[in-house]
Amino acid sequence: MKNAIISAITALSIGFGASAAVAAGGGGKLLDHDFKFEGAFGTFDQGALQRGFQVYREVCAACHGMKFVSFRTLSDKNGPGLSTEAVKAIAAEYEVADEEGEPGDTRPGKPFDYFPTPLAEGNPPDFSLLAKARANGPHYIYSTLLGYTGEEKESGDSLLYENTAYGGYFSMAQPIDEGYVTYTDGSPETLEQYAADISEFLMWAAEPKMVERKQAGVWSFMFLILFSVLVWFTNKKVWHSVKHPD
Amino acid sequence: MGTIPQEHYEPKSDSAKWIESRLPVLGLIDHLRNFPTPKNLNYAYVFGGILVLFLVIQIVTGIVLAMHYQVGEYAAFASVEHIMRDVNYGWLLRYAHANGASFFFIAVYAHIFRGLYYGSYKAPREILWIIGVLIFVAMMATAFMGYVLPWGQMSFWGAKVITSLFGAIPLVGESLQTWLWGGPFVGDATLNRMFSLHYLLPFVIAGLTVLHIWALHHVGNTNPTGVEVRKESLETVKKDTVPFTPFYVTKDLFAILVFLTIYAVFVYFAPNYLGHPDNYVEANSLVTPSHIVPEWYFLPFYAILRAITFDLFWIIPAKLGGVIAMFGAIAVLAFIPWLDTSNVRSTRFRPIYRWWFLVLVIDFFVLMWAGAQPAEGIVPMVSLIGTIYWFAHFLIVLPVVGLIEKPLDRPESIEADFAAKHPHEPASGTPAAATQPAE
Amino acid sequence: MANAHDSKNHVADEDRRDVLFLATGAVGAIGVASAVWPLVDQMNPSASVLAQSSIEVDISSLEPGQEMKVSFLRAPVFIRRMTEEDIAAVNEEDASGMPDPDPRNPNTDGAVADLRDRLVDPDRDIIVLSGVCTHLGCIPLGDGAGEFGGWFCPCHGSHYDKAGRIRKGPAPENLPVPVAAFIDDDTLKLG
Repeated sequence: MKNAIISAITALSIGFGASAAVAAGGGGKLLDHDFKFEGAFGTFDQGALQRGFQVYREVCAACHGMKFVSFRTLSDKNGPGLSTEAVKAIAAEYEVADEEGEPGDTRPGKPFDYFPTPLAEGNPPDFSLLAKARANGPHYIYSTLLGYTGEEKESGDSLLYENTAYGGYFSMAQPIDEGYVTYTDGSPETLEQYAADISEFLMWAAEPKMVERKQAGVWSFMFLILFSVLVWFTNKKVWHSVKHPD
Repeated sequence: MGTIPQEHYEPKSDSAKWIESRLPVLGLIDHLRNFPTPKNLNYAYVFGGILVLFLVIQIVTGIVLAMHYQVGEYAAFASVEHIMRDVNYGWLLRYAHANGASFFFIAVYAHIFRGLYYGSYKAPREILWIIGVLIFVAMMATAFMGYVLPWGQMSFWGAKVITSLFGAIPLVGESLQTWLWGGPFVGDATLNRMFSLHYLLPFVIAGLTVLHIWALHHVGNTNPTGVEVRKESLETVKKDTVPFTPFYVTKDLFAILVFLTIYAVFVYFAPNYLGHPDNYVEANSLVTPSHIVPEWYFLPFYAILRAITFDLFWIIPAKLGGVIAMFGAIAVLAFIPWLDTSNVRSTRFRPIYRWWFLVLVIDFFVLMWAGAQPAEGIVPMVSLIGTIYWFAHFLIVLPVVGLIEKPLDRPESIEADFAAKHPHEPASGTPAAATQPAE
Repeated sequence: MANAHDSKNHVADEDRRDVLFLATGAVGAIGVASAVWPLVDQMNPSASVLAQSSIEVDISSLEPGQEMKVSFLRAPVFIRRMTEEDIAAVNEEDASGMPDPDPRNPNTDGAVADLRDRLVDPDRDIIVLSGVCTHLGCIPLGDGAGEFGGWFCPCHGSHYDKAGRIRKGPAPENLPVPVAAFIDDDTLKLG
């Protein structure tokens, strides 16, 4: 699943990648899922991104903002790839701060605006970087949505909910369940599918240049190998007369 | 120019003569190009070149990032995201810079341990070595301040915890800490000065590097045998050395490319592997991350800091003791030239010390591991033992082993060592010297 | 290896060495160039800046004789719906004798600054002008200000008429028309 080269080299070079090896939030248990974007050649699945965005828009956005994600990026070709008309319409659904008006004024969003942060109790985390702000981010998000046990407990005047991915109780009730969001592309409307789609979408939101990065990486890697080989032979030639004098 | 006889540069054309008589820069270039370098250097000696390249990479990507980065409690984090999302190739520049710091440290640790193994610090290279220690300290300061700039949770809490160390200093500690922070809390003032100094220090490192290389060219390279280049005459020098260009240009370049390939794998395919997820959460002065860890390259020294959990000698409180131990663990490096009593330079010929060197390397990695763990269970004990060995190695093992050890036989010259490795023609040969370019 | 003794082989070796050196040098040059490009390109406008280089303005609320000021690329743009009287008055004047007869309008290729060539779309009653005085960059007052019922720059007293043409004062040129287009009756796209 993980690219073999990466794992080999990372394992070899710094076996002490201690900081990254920390288990997910407080020792929770993560489920595995095969995301299409994993590996050195992995790219985002545009259908999953579009469905994931739909889940975000219809469910998550009520509480979670995405203040570093601009509407315009929804039309990125390596991202959800929505049409500019669709992006314009989506932006206009959101009320954003009107910097030309009085403080507190809002106006309908424009493509160059950013997803606003809704007013919600308890400061729910912003979603722009969630997939990078948790160890094993996409798997953590996926596992969290599937990790509710149904157990609850009271803490002060609020309820806490048990979640196996978190490894304990936290304050978010199960936000989504089977059939909450109606897909138009025939994908199954199951909790697993929703979880996989929103995780993929949030990975894109956190790292929108991932595909460009990997493509550039493949070229750079091939270039460096080629150049290394050439320099290796050049070096051998240069030293030949010293090591093998006539 | 140095203590190694080298053919004197004579400008040939009129324009070269004109320049050289006013500023001897052509002679300097010629000296650098053709510097007599021991012909038996192995691949442990490539890290100096790699370090120069990484200093350049860090300065260049850093200057470029500074064109887009905004200092400020409320602007810094967002500006980093702007770089990652909107600036052309911003993601590449930032990942190259962040991972560049890690690879800079991989190279510097390899360079330091190479120096320790081959006795590169011994006379007449004490000043060369001490400048190196200063560069290492400046690198750590630069890296620490750079890590603060994105103003994520680890940035903020790292800055707070590390600057709080200075509060442990008796009498002046508290005022010193307030002075460092620019107020009673870590905020805008702190971040601004971190940025200013993070921009300044690399140029201090560059200046120290010039001195480091100057000292190197004055005394000449060591080599795996520790036997000095025979400096009696130009002839003997030519038998022991090759000119830097092209021989070590191509060799170093090859090593650089291999190193860059590994670096590229991280930059392009695992750019956040060496980072910490918490630094993608904006700084919040009301919430501490559950487990504060510095970047991996600080871990051994962080472990030493945490190892002292008791009052030292009944008068130094534990907090101050940890700070002293951490800075002492680096400072002790500067005294190694005088702590090593052996009359042999290279560990290759030191049958006893060789094992102690291995213990030191293991100790370094054990401390690195301990620094990454929460301070519970066996970790504090491991850290303490590791810390004690770190100091014992330099203060006890190094002087004592040098006195009791009987070194192995060394080759009589670099030429003999090289010929023994390439026993191709009659080994008595002078032929290597004969095929050298005249200059 | 050992046949370096052979002089023929030796020559062949040298040739191959030249090719090898050339290839290595060429590949290295490509590498350096591709490493430099990101350092150069990062100074070009970023995606967030480019996203604001074109905006759409809703002009549906403009009544004849009304004017709005929008901010575009950090500078004001005046958008005014002209009344029929305005249009008639402007059309009566001869632009060729005015201080600046150039239409200053990238959206048409007219040669004289008559009303037709001062409009983004000659069939509409909307006039769009850059709101920066061509004298020294102040922002003129609008809503019929000045002696010619158009715009007036208070800094040094430049008077622009209802078509934004300079008529009196130190300004050298007419207020330029920005690049613009009508998407529909209610929406004007700037940039």
